[in-house]
This record gives sequence, structure tokens and C-alpha cells, in this order.
Amino acid sequence: MADPIIRVEVGTAPFDVAAETALLTAGSDDVGAVVSFVGLCRSEGGRLAALELEHYPGMTEAEITRIAREAADRWRLAGVTVIHRVGRLVPGDPIVLALTASAHRAAALEAASFLMDYLKTSAPIWKKEHFADGSPPRWVEPRASDDAALLRWREEPPLRG
Amino acid sequence: MVMVLYFASVREGIGLGGETVALPEAVVTADDFLRWMRGRGPAYDAALREELRIRVAVDKAHAAPDTPLRDAREIALFPMMTGG
Repeated sequence: MADPIIRVEVGTAPFDVAAETALLTAGSDDVGAVVSFVGLCRSEGGRLAALELEHYPGMTEAEITRIAREAADRWRLAGVTVIHRVGRLVPGDPIVLALTASAHRAAALEAASFLMDYLKTSAPIWKKEHFADGSPPRWVEPRASDDAALLRWREEPPLRG
Repeated sequence: MVMVLYFASVREGIGLGGETVALPEAVVTADDFLRWMRGRGPAYDAALREELRIRVAVDKAHAAPDTPLRDAREIALFPMMTGG
């Protein structure tokens, strides 16, 4: 099997899901499933005016690439694309894209979920909330459920696509 | 000399994005480094006090408390991550 395609981008620009999907599957006739996860900025019921995303340039790309390679190895994926936006984003803006391509759907679905769980806890990115009512901005607190989500990847044997 | 970088709430608390420091010989591991940094002044101590919520990266890779610094060129201190 050919080496998986790994594409990682971190920047302020928006992404095009259709174009990224085409890029990931171009030249392959053995991909039977592509899963795309898109995370968006929520308004939290109108309270949130914007999210400001800070990151550690260089380490963010390296860490996301490491996570993507681990997913590709574990589920024998044909390819993985992760695009994470940084800077100031407003409610409705897409923040992150995770694309996984595999022969069968189970591997692509599981791997996309694995990628998002690890991105949340291992990629050096921090979100600060800016509020619509002008109250002082606040760093987002990590959720205990995000750490708990990682445990299942240690307990469950991986599915093979 | 080693470059030290700060991010998010740690950066705001210390009031700097980064600085170069000379490490004492007794500072061998990531955990030693975190404790030593806390002793550099009240702003450092306040920004790094919640040690269990602070992460250390050595040369752009996550470090465990017992990770040796060896001849690290860049060390970063930051809070738990909230990307994705």
C-alpha cells in the first residue's frame, strides 16, 4: 500500500472542504470513504462576539502532523488532511477541518474522531472568548470530558478498514 | 543560553512573549525548569502556580515532568490546550 497522504495547514485563511476532498482523493481509485469533520465557532446563544486563537508556530504544525501520522498508521488510511485556523474568528466561521480517507467507512469515521480528540488536548492552540456585552475577554477552560475522550483510544483495539 | 517562550494566559501573566535565560546546572528536567521559573519573581510565580495545568515543551515537543532538558535550544511554557 502506498504511503498515506498527510496534509497539515495552520493559518488564518478559510478552507474549501470540496477542494480539499478532491485533493485528498486525486489519483486514487481505492478510497471508498472520506469523512470530513468541520468545527465551527459558536455564538453561545449570542453571548460570544469572537474567538481569538493563539498558537505556537512550528510546534502546532509538528504536533498535528504527528497526530495525523499516528491516525494514518493505526487505521491504515489512504490520507489525512487537517487544517486549523488561528487568529480572530466570529460565530459561524469554520475553525478546523479534519478529513480522513480510507477503503472502508469504519476506519475513516473512527480516525476522524481520534484526530479531533487529540487535536483538542495536544495541539498547542488556545482559544480566548470575546463577549458581545463588552465584559473582559476570557481564556477558554479545557473540559474534563476532552481528557476523558482520550481514554477510549487507549482501551479499545483499533478498527481496521 | 536557552530561548524561553510563553503562550496564552502564561504569556499575559508574565507580560512577555519570550526571553533568553541562562539555566543553572541544577535544572535538569522539565519539572526542575518549571519550579526554577516560578522562583524568578512574583509574576512568574503567579502565572505558573497551578503547576498541574502548565505544560512544558522542549524544542517544540511535549515534555513529561521527568523529560531531560539536555541541550535544549527552546523551551515553552503554556496552559492546557483548547484547540480543535
